[in-house]
Amino acid sequence: MQRMRKPARKGPSIHHVELLPPWGLRASARRIAAMILRYTYLIRSSWTRWIELAYWPLVQMLMWGFLQKHLAANSSLFAQAAGLLIGSVLLWDILFRGKLGFSVSFLEEMWSRNIGQLMLSPLRSHEFLMALSTMSLIRLSVGVLPVIVMARVLFGFDLFSLGLPLGAFFANLILTSWALALVTSGIILRFGLGAEELAWTFGFVLLPLCCVYYPLEVLPTWLRPISLALPPTHVFEGMRAILIEGVYRPDLMWRALGLNLVFLTVGFFAFRAFLRSARINGSLSQLGE
Amino acid sequence: MRHSAPVPHARRAVAGGPPVEVRDLVKRYKAVTAVDGINFRLERGSVTALLGGNGAGKTTTIAMLLGLLVPTSGEVRIFGARMPEQRGLVAWRLNFESPYLDMPQRLTVRQNLTVYARLYGVADVAGRIVRLAEALQIEALLERPNGKLSAGQKTRVSLAKALLNAPELLLLDEPTASLDPETADWLRRTLQDYASQRGATILFASHNMMEVERLSDRVILLEAGHIIEDAAPRALIRKYGRKTLEDVFIDVARRGREQADAANA
Repeated sequence: MQRMRKPARKGPSIHHVELLPPWGLRASARRIAAMILRYTYLIRSSWTRWIELAYWPLVQMLMWGFLQKHLAANSSLFAQAAGLLIGSVLLWDILFRGKLGFSVSFLEEMWSRNIGQLMLSPLRSHEFLMALSTMSLIRLSVGVLPVIVMARVLFGFDLFSLGLPLGAFFANLILTSWALALVTSGIILRFGLGAEELAWTFGFVLLPLCCVYYPLEVLPTWLRPISLALPPTHVFEGMRAILIEGVYRPDLMWRALGLNLVFLTVGFFAFRAFLRSARINGSLSQLGE
Repeated sequence: MRHSAPVPHARRAVAGGPPVEVRDLVKRYKAVTAVDGINFRLERGSVTALLGGNGAGKTTTIAMLLGLLVPTSGEVRIFGARMPEQRGLVAWRLNFESPYLDMPQRLTVRQNLTVYARLYGVADVAGRIVRLAEALQIEALLERPNGKLSAGQKTRVSLAKALLNAPELLLLDEPTASLDPETADWLRRTLQDYASQRGATILFASHNMMEVERLSDRVILLEAGHIIEDAAPRALIRKYGRKTLEDVFIDVARRGREQADAANA
């Protein structure tokens, strides 16, 4: 056991410190950067986290890529629209990984019982959310960019050949992913890690509804209004319009953006409501024995 | 504490209140009343112990002071700021240490302290960590992951985190729980030294009567969410005609049980 020296009466003073101003945009940016640094330290410390980032996107892309190759040889549609399935997989991964990147960073705080420390620090809840959103972009880049490159090398599909519309697709999908992640993170904050499964599975509800791999007309008529109320449906329809008909449909992107603004607003207020509820219920303050 | 920019007027308005002011504070969880209408105020530079058995309301009170818990009714003001609504105005002036709150396990001690120093706006992050590491004797632990530390080492690191911003108000929840006697004694001396040199206000919850007698100049004794005593340790010992604060605590706890039994009979 290490013997403790007496507290030093002389020597370096710990009783005074110079602090930077805690308010204003620069202070906010500094706190957001501190949180990003915290997650960067974490990813750097674990090689399994690096592998996890790219593992599933790669497996999915390989499976759908080979299927696309097979279908292209046997179906006129797939022969005509090369990259239809791989494009869908890659765009779906932007949505799914974007949400996961946000939620997993949030879960890291829950797993390490650090959330109470953060919530009593000068970090504001909107700064915390901005740090999580930035981490979602960073994680997405690390996980999906290598897979996009491999899709080009292995199957000759270049996602960037979608051109400028790709930016609109990307922005819309990432906004949807953040809206979903805000709701799931809020639920986990309020109900604890018992609700963790939501973080992993909630996004899959969208998979059949937002027409990732098939056009809207495939859905039964009664289900179409629900599908059309989801921003990603318009993104995937837009992608098919480019790949099959060679037409960019900005109207679909504007509709997706409008819906995303509604989704994000609902997500933000849902998170705030769950945070408030956690403060009332005591979930944030599990400080005692 | 120095700032390189002037404090905006609107913020100065809430900066001048006492470190802690609690009025008619109540916290209910459905049928359970954890804190039941308590009132107290802490003056600058005071060291106060929050004392009470399990479930007396100590941790709940501290959580409300920190803004982690919303009161059912009543009011908490920290340096004049209403908690938790105005938490952002004063969060940089206080800090908290508890063996029951962790920091990320995979991050090294230095990484954890760096992140928190930046969150609290410390100007010279690296220098501050070096000074705290030397003073709290954690230099050898700086490159070790937090998850690989012993309970005593974690407590010292947690205290370093709590002192990063040289808080004017330091809250502690059972600061010496699970520490060996020597480390506990060292921690008490460090806290005494910090309070006297910094002129900081300290509020700590504890079950350890010897610690309370030694550290605090005021004791707030809680029972079933009520304040039943609020006095200096020596005054309490005199009032109950006992030799130690531990005897006083046992007397009070016994009396409380007898009253509860009588009420249930």
